[in-house]
Amino acid sequence: MTHKPSRRQFLRNTVAAGAAITVAGKADAQSPDPLITEVQPWAQSFGDGVDETPYGLPISYENDVIRRNVEWLTADTVSSINFTPIHALDGTITPQGCAFERHHSGAIDLKKEDYRLMINGLVDTPLVFTYADLERFPRENHVYFCECAANSGMEWAGAQLNGAQFTHGMIHNMEYTGVPLRTLLEEAGLDTAGDLKDKWVFVEGADASSNGRSIPMEKALDDVLVAFKANGEALRKEHGYPVRLVVPGWEGNMWIKWIRRIEVMDAAVQAREETSKYTDTLADGVSRKWTWEMDAKSVVTSPSPQSPITHGTGPLVITGLAWSGRGAITRVDVSKDGGMTWETARLAKAGEKMALTRFYLDTDWDGSEMMLQSRAMDDTGYVQPTKTQLREVRGLNSIYHNNGIQTWLVRANGEAENVEVS
Amino acid sequence: PAMAQKLGLGRTALPEEIAAWNGDISPDGTGLPIGQGDAIEGEEIFATKCAACHGDFAEGIGNWPKLAGGKDTLNHEDPLKTVGSYWPYLSTAFDYIQRSMPYGDAGTLGDDETYAILAYILYSNDLIEDDFVLSNETFLDVAMPNADGFIVDNRAETEYAHWRSEPCMENCKAAPVKVTMRAMVLDVTPQEEAAAVPAPEVEAVVAEPVQE
Repeated sequence: MTHKPSRRQFLRNTVAAGAAITVAGKADAQSPDPLITEVQPWAQSFGDGVDETPYGLPISYENDVIRRNVEWLTADTVSSINFTPIHALDGTITPQGCAFERHHSGAIDLKKEDYRLMINGLVDTPLVFTYADLERFPRENHVYFCECAANSGMEWAGAQLNGAQFTHGMIHNMEYTGVPLRTLLEEAGLDTAGDLKDKWVFVEGADASSNGRSIPMEKALDDVLVAFKANGEALRKEHGYPVRLVVPGWEGNMWIKWIRRIEVMDAAVQAREETSKYTDTLADGVSRKWTWEMDAKSVVTSPSPQSPITHGTGPLVITGLAWSGRGAITRVDVSKDGGMTWETARLAKAGEKMALTRFYLDTDWDGSEMMLQSRAMDDTGYVQPTKTQLREVRGLNSIYHNNGIQTWLVRANGEAENVEVS
Repeated sequence: PAMAQKLGLGRTALPEEIAAWNGDISPDGTGLPIGQGDAIEGEEIFATKCAACHGDFAEGIGNWPKLAGGKDTLNHEDPLKTVGSYWPYLSTAFDYIQRSMPYGDAGTLGDDETYAILAYILYSNDLIEDDFVLSNETFLDVAMPNADGFIVDNRAETEYAHWRSEPCMENCKAAPVKVTMRAMVLDVTPQEEAAAVPAPEVEAVVAEPVQE
């Protein structure tokens, strides 16, 4: 925590864009608007030619919509995390360029020509695939969220980080193209494995950390994808180029990047990432292991601490994201009074299984203080719990799987703050 | 199960290739290479290759992981989770050290070096004597204190069973809601560098009655 500029600077930046329009409602113009009455340069001369940007980045005015790092969370930046700017995004698809990263030994550079995928263990024929081989298998497309098991983990003991990006931004949602893991396992042949019910696959990456994880065969044969495209294009380097595992609904750690080997086994390996890490310690000191599914969760992305209300009273769009690793979101309720009363929000479209769902509550703000909350429900009937409910079962030291209801205190001046309420 | 028709893609993996990549070691010791080392040898290697981050006594430096200590702290307010206090299986430590350590120079340790480093970590956790020779044959003789400290995910019974009822919509709390904790008090959120442009004064938004 070497640099810590003032909170005032932060607000200055987030509020600056809206500072000029603090007048509430529609005020009639006192004088003609020169942006209308005077010819503006963009209406007179040229913009950029089509050869200006072969592959474009967002316009400079959107420079604040970026991944952010929290320095004090980890010892260095190559085994670390950054955060998706969910407070500034809308819809459900995460732009790859600002989709969060989590590496254990950095984002490696692995070109397609050097890429190899091995399948070994209890298979009829151990196989090696090149990248080109993978592109010849029948493909599927699916949209899924990838949420780090540690998303919101810093908030177990109380309100810590001030912004939806930091409290809920270890997540992204992309449309993946790839080959079902089932197809590749069947290519190697599973007769040797015998009864598949009690079998596992151990999957590891090509990077130094390896990130090996054990996955039960039932899941491996169900909906796991070996993906090479995301949101229409090749995976980004930091997201596993050229090939990653997509494990719908399950904790992000299992979405092995730069995947190089799949071993069919009799039992779980109990690797570092499923013993020392990604195990959830309860109050009595006993720890849960194999907590794979990410439970139903939601967060209001705006207004939120990094996205304050700058337009005064009147019409206000309250919006956010909901998701569940156990199925589709069926309903999201929003409270403005810290959970005393709830209104059912509007889903932008019907929830899809294990994918982000956008919700809106179109409301009229009278300028009074709000304690904003959202509460997701999925198609198993599960209702997103409060943090208190979670803590009653798990205590404060679980680190992972915090899906408790978030509260933003929105003040009369439109600023919002991460709080906990009684 | 009915298998799909094979496409004939890929080629057979050679034994040397499988041996090169298949490094995982299971709790029963499957996968362990033949080799051995003790804490005295391990101390020297640890000092050279590990101590810069993990400390001379495996106690950890700064934010880097502590590998020793934390005995009986798992039910404390701030549990210290180390190889000795938390890890259930020794196989995991061998696998992880040999595969992914030293950090930044992974995969460079010989089999005997890994046994010796691991012996030193066990010694630092008071789990073996300094003359104990850790090898593929003595590996399972080491008792890991937290071997029974894990249960398989039980959310279905302890959580889902209770959290699937129709939620309250009105008058859901007995007393008026109060703020009990604020992130701004901690003030640990990274903040943007000062904007290049002079910041305008932020005027307080005046609350006005809604015009119908």
